[in-house]
Parts: sequence; structure tokens; C-alpha cells
Amino acid sequence: MSTPVYTLSGVTRVYGGRAVISIDALAIERGEVLALVGPSGAGKSTLLRLLNFLEPPSAGELCFQGQPAPAEPPLELLRRVTTVFQRPVLLQRSVRDNVAYGLKLRGLSADGRVDAALDRVGLSALARRPAHKLSGGEMQRAALARALVLEPDVLLLDEPTANLDPYNVGLIESIVREQNRMRGTTVVLVTHNVFQARRLATRVGLLLNGQLVELAPTETFFETPADPRTAAFVRGEMVY
Amino acid sequence: MLDALGPIVALSLYVSGLALAIATAIGLPLGALLALRPIPGKRLVELLLYTGMGLPPVVVGLAVYLLLSRSGPLGGLGWLFTPPAMIMAQVIIALPLVAGLTMTAIEGLDPGLRLQLRSLGASPRQVMWTLLGEARGGVLAAIVAAFGGILSEVGAVMLVGGNIEGQTRVLTTAIVLETRKGDFTLALALGGVLLTLAFVSNAALLRLSGKVRHIRAD
Repeated sequence: MSTPVYTLSGVTRVYGGRAVISIDALAIERGEVLALVGPSGAGKSTLLRLLNFLEPPSAGELCFQGQPAPAEPPLELLRRVTTVFQRPVLLQRSVRDNVAYGLKLRGLSADGRVDAALDRVGLSALARRPAHKLSGGEMQRAALARALVLEPDVLLLDEPTANLDPYNVGLIESIVREQNRMRGTTVVLVTHNVFQARRLATRVGLLLNGQLVELAPTETFFETPADPRTAAFVRGEMVY
Repeated sequence: MLDALGPIVALSLYVSGLALAIATAIGLPLGALLALRPIPGKRLVELLLYTGMGLPPVVVGLAVYLLLSRSGPLGGLGWLFTPPAMIMAQVIIALPLVAGLTMTAIEGLDPGLRLQLRSLGASPRQVMWTLLGEARGGVLAAIVAAFGGILSEVGAVMLVGGNIEGQTRVLTTAIVLETRKGDFTLALALGGVLLTLAFVSNAALLRLSGKVRHIRAD
């Protein structure tokens, strides 16, 4: 069995004296699609920021590929992971320049890769358009292309299809699925949408009040959950 | 007087242009740093910057005069009544404007942008330069405001430059001199030249801003 991409042991993240994340143990395996579901305020986005090394845990150990991640991660580590946020924040540049941005940061040539990434998300025809003139769905696809072009080891998705129309939801899900299956990219998806978690994930975890209530293979999570709170959440009931 | 106009205009542009360049080189990173880093005493620094934006030039001139006078701590430089003293005073006037308005421009950006840039693998330095680029409208406004402020100020350059013909006389001090002499026509003409210079310089900066925006959009 290969070393997990991430191993979290006793990881907490505290804001203003309140633990927003408190996870005893979590291992995220290489090449899996892990969906984290839970109500608003459960700590899902905070956990993604920890996994992207954008902020350090308050306590505990976060390991990446078996090595403890330092509080100030080196660029080489930071650049192996990237996040597509719920609200895409694009630069005031063309769509093409936005997609090329991460490559330029790394001193890499943008030419063929950017065109291929734009093609994958169906934005080739809009490559020269100023990014702020795109629709919401197009913006999110541009943000996805900007992440995929970097060929990260881990792709973190924070509610990537919230408020999008069914066409864009389907397109983004198919791209994420392809990225995982064809290129082996590990994906951690945060979503409110249990149907999306079921469609995409190989394992699903329920976060409540910063704690991981249950983590199981997708079918088990939805069909025979071990925790009554998971069963309630899957049925669409309010859980705390 | 008209024969001396060329050197006066040239010295005005040299002094204010160099002061602006120095203030910009210090003020842009300083403004970005203040906007991005949670430094101790930040509120006090912000308060000082905002106060500095309204600093009376004549007070700056007095302070620089005392610093550079023979008995002052920097008297050994021998800068008093020379262009370097005028540049020094104008840097002090322009710096709070450039740094303060840059800080405000960056703080006005989408708060999610910084996190997004880090997530894409930007180093802290790359984040800073990208944010400065994104806030370029506000940053250019800061530079334009600072240039307008120092090109048209008279109190500081008069005190530390001395308005010496052929050495430290600039457009504003020449206008004061001609007004005192009662030559209002010449004073008005010099005022017209000053306004034209400010107009042309700002138009050039705005044109540069437009070009930068155009390049970014392509």
C-alpha cells in the first residue's frame, strides 16, 4: 500500500478560542476522490485551506506524502496542490492570461498547455476575452483550467459548482472525473450537494462542528452509514 | 526671464521627477506591505501616513532645513540650497501619498484574491506584484496625485532650495518671485507653463495606464 497523500493526526485549527477543525485521524489516499460533506460552518473550507498549506494547523501533525508539512511551507510543496474556490477570483486580464498565470509564476512556457487546458473546459473561443466579461459558469471553468494546467498532485475543490446551471455542473464534473481517472490526480471535493458527492467520490466523509463523524466508501456512506447523524444527513435532515 | 525658462522647467521636472521616482520605489512596496502584513502598530502607521498626506510643505521644508543646516545632523552633506535638498523634501511630501493610496488601493481588492494567488503557487513577492498590478488604477492615481502635489508645491523648495537663479529656481519659486516683483504677466505665464506640464505629465501617466490595461487584456 502506498503512502497516503495526506495524513492528519490530532489536527486542530482554532479561531478566537474556538476549534473550527478538530480531526483525530484522517488519511487521504493517492488517486482517490474524497468528498467532504456537511452543513455550513462545519469546517469544510478551513480543512481545504489546511490541505493547501494556506494556513497551518493550530496543533497536531499534517503530513504530505509522509513528510510533516512545515508551518511556512516551501514553494515546492505549495505548488503541488491547488484549490478551485467556490467563487472564482480571476485577474483583470484575458482568459488566456489567467490560465497561464500559474505557469508563469513557475517560469514555465504557457503555449501548448494553456491552449489544451482551455480546450478541455470549452473556452478556446473566449481565450482573448477579458475574464471579467465571462458568465459565472465560464468563470468557474476558467478557474478550473487555471488549476488543471498546473498538473497538481492534489486538486482541492471548494463547492466548485455552487450556483451553476446544470450544463456547467455536468461539464465541470466530467472534467474532474477525467482528471482523476486519466491522470491520477487526487481530488478532495467539498460540497453541500450529496448527489454530487455520490456521483464523483470514491469515499465520502461527513464533517460536523469541525469533527469527522464518518468516513466511508461512497456506497457504504449512502447505503449503510454507521453513524445515525450520517444517515440523517443523507436523508436531508438537519444534523448538528 | 524667458531665456531662463528652459533651465527652470528642466530643473522643475528633474527635481519633481526624481523625487517621484524615489517615493514610488519606496512607497509601492511599503503600501503593499502595510496592506498585506499584520504588522504590530499598523493602525498607528496608517494614522501617520494619512496625516502625512496632508503634511504642509512648508513644515517639511523647515524640518529638512534644520536637518541639513550646518549645525544639523545631516549638515555634513552640504546639500542645503542645492537640488538634492529639494528632492529630499519632495520625497518626504510624496511618500505618504504614494504609500497611503497604494495601501488603500490594495485593501480595496477582492479579499479572496490573495488566497487564490497563494493557492496557485505565488511566492509572497509574486503575490505583492500581482496585487499591485491588479490595483493599478489606484496605484497610478497615487503616483499622479503625488506628482501633482510636489510639482506645484512651493514652501519646501523655497526654504531648502533658496530660489537661487540658475541653481535652485523652479517654476513655483519663480512664480512667487515674479509676483513679488509685480510682474504679474510673467508670473501668470509661468503658471500656465506649470499647469501645462502637470497636464502633459498626467496625460502621459494615464496613457501609460491605458496601455498597461490594454496589454493585460490581450
